Amino acid sequence: MPILTADMSAGTLVEWRKRPGDALARGDTIAVVETDKGLIDIEVFTPGVLEKIIVQPGATVPTGAVLAIVRETTPAAAPSPAPPPRAPVVPPARRAVAPTAAPSDRVRISPLARKRAAELGIDPASVRGTGPGGSIRREDVEQAAAARAAAPAEKPRAPLDRQARARQAIGAAMARSKREIPHYYLATTIDMHRAMTWLAEQNLERPVADRLLYGVLLLKAVALALRDVPELNAVWRESEPVRSEAVHVGVAISLRGGGLVAPALHDTAGKSLGDLMRSFRDLVQRARSGGLRSSELSDPTITVTSLGEQGVESAFGIIFPPQVAIVGFGKIVERPWVVDGQVVARPVVTATLSADHRVSDGHRGGLFLAAVDRLLQEPGRL
Amino acid sequence: MTREEIRAAVLRTLGEIAPEADPATLVSDVPFRDQLDLDSMDHLNFVIALHAALQVEIPEADYPKLATLDACVDYLAAAATR
Repeated sequence: MPILTADMSAGTLVEWRKRPGDALARGDTIAVVETDKGLIDIEVFTPGVLEKIIVQPGATVPTGAVLAIVRETTPAAAPSPAPPPRAPVVPPARRAVAPTAAPSDRVRISPLARKRAAELGIDPASVRGTGPGGSIRREDVEQAAAARAAAPAEKPRAPLDRQARARQAIGAAMARSKREIPHYYLATTIDMHRAMTWLAEQNLERPVADRLLYGVLLLKAVALALRDVPELNAVWRESEPVRSEAVHVGVAISLRGGGLVAPALHDTAGKSLGDLMRSFRDLVQRARSGGLRSSELSDPTITVTSLGEQGVESAFGIIFPPQVAIVGFGKIVERPWVVDGQVVARPVVTATLSADHRVSDGHRGGLFLAAVDRLLQEPGRL
Repeated sequence: MTREEIRAAVLRTLGEIAPEADPATLVSDVPFRDQLDLDSMDHLNFVIALHAALQVEIPEADYPKLATLDACVDYLAAAATR
């Protein structure tokens, strides 16, 4: 069961989309899993053949549990006999999301122990380490697995409804973020006159289905500003930040009836505004109706939260682990603004940055917000 | 198309975008945004769907004219005759 978001601890296997013996190509949907974020398509990241299904539809299992056994195929090995299956093998989705998987990222654990934990379906965060500095060794994982097997079955608890579970999961992830990440916060006010004027002109020309929302300009400006301060586009792994070449901005989307999800808009910096808008619409639609892909949940390299719709003027976010920064935007409001020595009414927006002090400092964060401002003054170049 | 048909089309479209929208309790002269949890993406999808269903051009500058059910029917009925 892949760890798709920092606040995920278990998932329910809803449906297998492949059968034993089926060939698996990168990007195929192998299964559908239900989480607190709705139904998620689990994608394959490594080509292979589905050897055996372990978890049957309807079963709820903890993250890290083995769902199926997959025999990997390597193109170069075509003439030689197929390699014997590894048993048990971590499903491809788990393998692919592991580098950005959050809950275990802050645990000191040896690679061997991490692999063993995945095999045994043990959450490293629940294991007490006896190695140097409290690090977790393979023996610790095996001991935890043995203890789990020997423990009497837990009494079934009254099931929480989905909203309550989602709230609980978000609370746990955010509490961990505040506990472990030394946040610092910055804010700036950005004149949106040029951006909004340009947008109105653009939308006059565009067919209704291709019109842009101003939120897309903000997303693109954030993605491009990361070129100036690339350390904010990263994930925290083990005990250090790992920068990402690709910019996959996670967009916080409120779900109907409560809760939120922040899936990735893949390659935010490389897409044109029109393509970005189409992807954004599609992402919001799937987030609210089911059908997000596992990569969209595990890939964000930074998050943008925009609460202007609710009328708030500024939003200071809590970083989504394992990311190291979150950008907030408030409502666009008309305010007195000085232009060439004259006070004029201008639409302005408050942009904020919450960032991890282990990775960047206020000076670099300030440069980032200044870059966002600068980019929004030239909307035609976004 | 009659005003009743337009009204039904608006309510159907709204129901697709905001499933919690209940035609029985929706107050026709109060803004949708005060009654339903709609954001700008929902509103854009609403306009796109109305355009597709009724074949009516809706410039962005006219979006404020679609704030309530009554206003929608007035605007779309007028637009259909243009």
